[in-house]
Amino acid sequence: MARVFGSSIKRREDPALVTGKGKYTDDLHLPNTSYAAIIRSPYAHAHIDSIDTSKAEALGGVISVFTGTDVQKSGIPGVVPVGWLLPDMKTPPHPIIATETVRYVGDAVAVVIAEDRYTAQDAMDLVQVEYSPLPAATNPKKTTEEGVSQLHSEAPNNIAFEWEIGDQKETEKKFADASHTVSICIRNNRLLSHPIETRAALADYNSSNDQLTLWMTSQNPHLHRLLMSLASLGLPEHKIRVIAPEVGGGFGSKIAHYPDEAIVSWCSMQIDRPVKWTSTRSESNLTDAHGRDHVTQAELALTDNGQILGLKVETYANMGAYLSTFAPAVPTYLHATLLSGEYDIPAIHCRVVGTFTNTTPVDASRGAGRPEATFIIERLMDLAANKTGLDPVEIRRRNFISPEAFPYQTQVALQYDSGNYEGALKKALEIAQYDDLRAEQKRRYEEGDKLLGIGLSTYIEACGLAPSAVVGSLGAQAGQWESGEVRVHPTGTVTVYSGSCSHGQGHKTTFAQIVSDRMGIDIEKVEIIQGDTDAVHFGWGSYGSRSAAVGGSAIALSVDKVIEKGRKLAAHLLEASEEDVIFEDGSFFVQGTPEKVQSWDDIALQAHLAHNLPPGMEPSLNASTFYDPANFTFPFGTHLAVVEVDPETGMVSLLRYIAVDDVGNVINPMIVDGQIHGGIAHGIAQALWEHVIYDESGQLVTGELLDYALPKAHMLVSFDLDRTITPCPHNPLGVKGAGETGTIAAPAATVNAVIDSLKPYGITHLDMPLTPEKIWSAIQESIKA
Amino acid sequence: MYPAKFEYYRAKDVHEALQLMAKHSGAKLLAGGHSLLPMMKLRLTQPTALIDIGRIVELTGVYREKNHIHIGSLTTHTELANSELLREICPLLSEAASLIADPQVRNKGTIGGNLAHADPGSDLPAVILALDGIVHTTGPNGDRQIKSTDFFLDLLTTDLHPNELITKITVPIPSRETGCSYLKFEHPASGYSICGAAAIVKLTSDGTCQNANLCFNGISATPHRAEAVTKVLIGTKLEDATIDNAFDGHLNIPEPIGDIYASSKYRVEMAKVYGRRALSSAKQQVDLKH
Repeated sequence: MARVFGSSIKRREDPALVTGKGKYTDDLHLPNTSYAAIIRSPYAHAHIDSIDTSKAEALGGVISVFTGTDVQKSGIPGVVPVGWLLPDMKTPPHPIIATETVRYVGDAVAVVIAEDRYTAQDAMDLVQVEYSPLPAATNPKKTTEEGVSQLHSEAPNNIAFEWEIGDQKETEKKFADASHTVSICIRNNRLLSHPIETRAALADYNSSNDQLTLWMTSQNPHLHRLLMSLASLGLPEHKIRVIAPEVGGGFGSKIAHYPDEAIVSWCSMQIDRPVKWTSTRSESNLTDAHGRDHVTQAELALTDNGQILGLKVETYANMGAYLSTFAPAVPTYLHATLLSGEYDIPAIHCRVVGTFTNTTPVDASRGAGRPEATFIIERLMDLAANKTGLDPVEIRRRNFISPEAFPYQTQVALQYDSGNYEGALKKALEIAQYDDLRAEQKRRYEEGDKLLGIGLSTYIEACGLAPSAVVGSLGAQAGQWESGEVRVHPTGTVTVYSGSCSHGQGHKTTFAQIVSDRMGIDIEKVEIIQGDTDAVHFGWGSYGSRSAAVGGSAIALSVDKVIEKGRKLAAHLLEASEEDVIFEDGSFFVQGTPEKVQSWDDIALQAHLAHNLPPGMEPSLNASTFYDPANFTFPFGTHLAVVEVDPETGMVSLLRYIAVDDVGNVINPMIVDGQIHGGIAHGIAQALWEHVIYDESGQLVTGELLDYALPKAHMLVSFDLDRTITPCPHNPLGVKGAGETGTIAAPAATVNAVIDSLKPYGITHLDMPLTPEKIWSAIQESIKA
Repeated sequence: MYPAKFEYYRAKDVHEALQLMAKHSGAKLLAGGHSLLPMMKLRLTQPTALIDIGRIVELTGVYREKNHIHIGSLTTHTELANSELLREICPLLSEAASLIADPQVRNKGTIGGNLAHADPGSDLPAVILALDGIVHTTGPNGDRQIKSTDFFLDLLTTDLHPNELITKITVPIPSRETGCSYLKFEHPASGYSICGAAAIVKLTSDGTCQNANLCFNGISATPHRAEAVTKVLIGTKLEDATIDNAFDGHLNIPEPIGDIYASSKYRVEMAKVYGRRALSSAKQQVDLKH
């Protein structure tokens, strides 16, 4: 049988999804369902003076209107917790419905339950909420200044945490010895995750047995059940079943535990009826966790010949109004630990200040911390190239960690397990025909043609999150192992239960490829079950590019256990010694006598009949694995962007985009390429278009798709992809992760290309997104000067 | 995304549409719905009733009528873009229509709805203005023909009276010696125009500019006709330098608009760039014909 591991078989989930047969949360209908509409603060910061629900309650079709006071009276814990604790971090309470103060536009103040959605919406307008507005803070750095409005009494100066990593003394010493230093001030633009499916929940509480079933848009249903039980509802964990049906994208925004799903669940408990809520697009943009939003000052010290001596970074990270689930980890352990990039940097120091502002909470968004880190070091490398007169390629080469140096211990905690950075760079330069591009750039400049820019991003990623003990020591209130259970049925078909939770990635295909390949059975005999806390033992879910590396590995190890049991049973049935039984292509046979053979079908049936098992062997054929990896995985690669800039308008046209990624072994090249394509589009969009903007008063002014620019096909080019393969040395599949490489690498490659094109004007940096007006204004200023 | 309650009526002809409008105050006409329905879903507008004129046959059709082109108000942007007649004798309109938003919007959105809505970022108002189009309306007080120069009054405001509807747009057929070009700087999110320039130039056989018209959208509340610019060009050979200089002191936009994506100052500067390029490109169109 042809190996299915490594082949681009079509996604098995797609026929249902593209024919409209996939069931998303909003597609589910229960008898007697009611509908919730959540009333949200129109102010970024205000005292709630009063709430009058009487008119709304009097409207026909309205079942109930609840406020935060009602939640308090019900005696439930009623809060949204933070799942990652840093030393001395301030964790002010985040009630699921605000009672006294609202802290961002979108903060929930009341909920209407009605017989239908339209009535619920009508009733919202009848709830009268009186506010006394307060001044708002929106900028992650300015919020700490004196005189700024304070969000939480627990957090003086609006500081949630101050955190550092690396050796400050050693770094300062290196800077003292430096021949060159380059520095940069970066505002990393705030983003929406913006999945196509907005968040939704359908809660069905049954008072007769105190059981809550909650269908919701989740990347990690077990985590949602845990937090719902512990912090929000107080209902015992075994009384809650969370199901993530089809989930239409997440990009990180469906990791976090939000107030809304808890509100809907609590409402169902109050009225003993199913309650459904589906956020509108505007509501999603207002309440789904946002991403990025850093203010960073960074400086790089170099020797005369361009060797890096040290790096220091200070980042103010916007946490928004409350600490979201994994928010504190994003600018710290997922950001500062990546600052060494692909380079051998002898000393690094980074200080991170997490701050509260009157904005939507910020949490993981595809890449989460790693794009911000890559942007810092890759921008600095280009500045250093300018300063030292080296080509951007050459300065990177001079500082790469050499292939012999692995495992390589960085100065910021991570130990890179493997890599060959020169290999990926070389390939990318060959595809791009780099020297020709530089010649063309020169020609255009001399002939006064449109400007050409070439930008590199030689990036590293840490993903496949990761050893539980390590993340625990760093503050995670969660484990990072994954479960994978393999059940072989009497007829030889297989059902796999995974704690990973696909929200578009294609687990039903790739996980089945792992099982099919390893067991040597037809892929049609394998079914994947995920996303249901009653079906799956436990799972930490899908994020941080961990599904294949951690979830897939758990499944692979369970398959191995099943094979070992199969071998024992085959040896018994074939009357051979276990050592003599060979397993190949899905059959067990005795070495030297291939006619003595047991197929999976035989073994599966015998294991279940249990008429003739070896002494001590239990019936059935299944295995579970709770896999906790030894380390993160470290994808890497080189991305290269070629852009044209029209100096008269400042308009950027993307001409080419080349990506050579090393994501380890590849289970399904088509799916990996799809992930990389999407990630690159996403990353280019951060560089050129996407931007969540708040005005001074804390109003979200890019809350609609009229203003918030997502990438569209006609704005992009056809990407040139290639890869190198350096298998992960510590997981059984040798896989790493592919879902975030694009968002990590592309912003730096794109911005480096644009800034490279503007070299004749002496422009050294512009903040993302690089809108035409921003570029045009910089050119105008340069011309004037 | 749940609109307030409204009634729905479908008019079978223009007569019935007018009757329905007279009967239901607070009603709005529904054609393609691609501006109206999103506003209703956001509850920015709450009409008591929608009168669907989308299936009225007499409001459809693109054809030649003597020296004019007749465009029914229900003609979709896709129909404008794909019309062989327009592509041949009035390519400015089909080119501009092909740049509107995305295929879904083009398939549903209509020229009548587009002009009546009069969004400053819409493509067609400047194009109709450049073409000297005439907006034909009918209403309780009879039919009117409104020159495009008189039609657009202010932001989202036209000369359309209450209970009037647009029946058709007529455009004089540009002569053979005419070249045209529509260039658009599109907002990356909305697809609306940040600055669109519609240029028409008529040259004599020796290449002298006999007539020119340059209209902009995106830079002011209503489409802007740059008369002072084009006046300078008449009688010239439209050399690059001539076109460049024509903008010096001659582009006078009374109240340029701006937003967080593109300031008013920038839009005005872009109008110069796009205007210049559109004029050059229009001139080249004539050169190509000869």
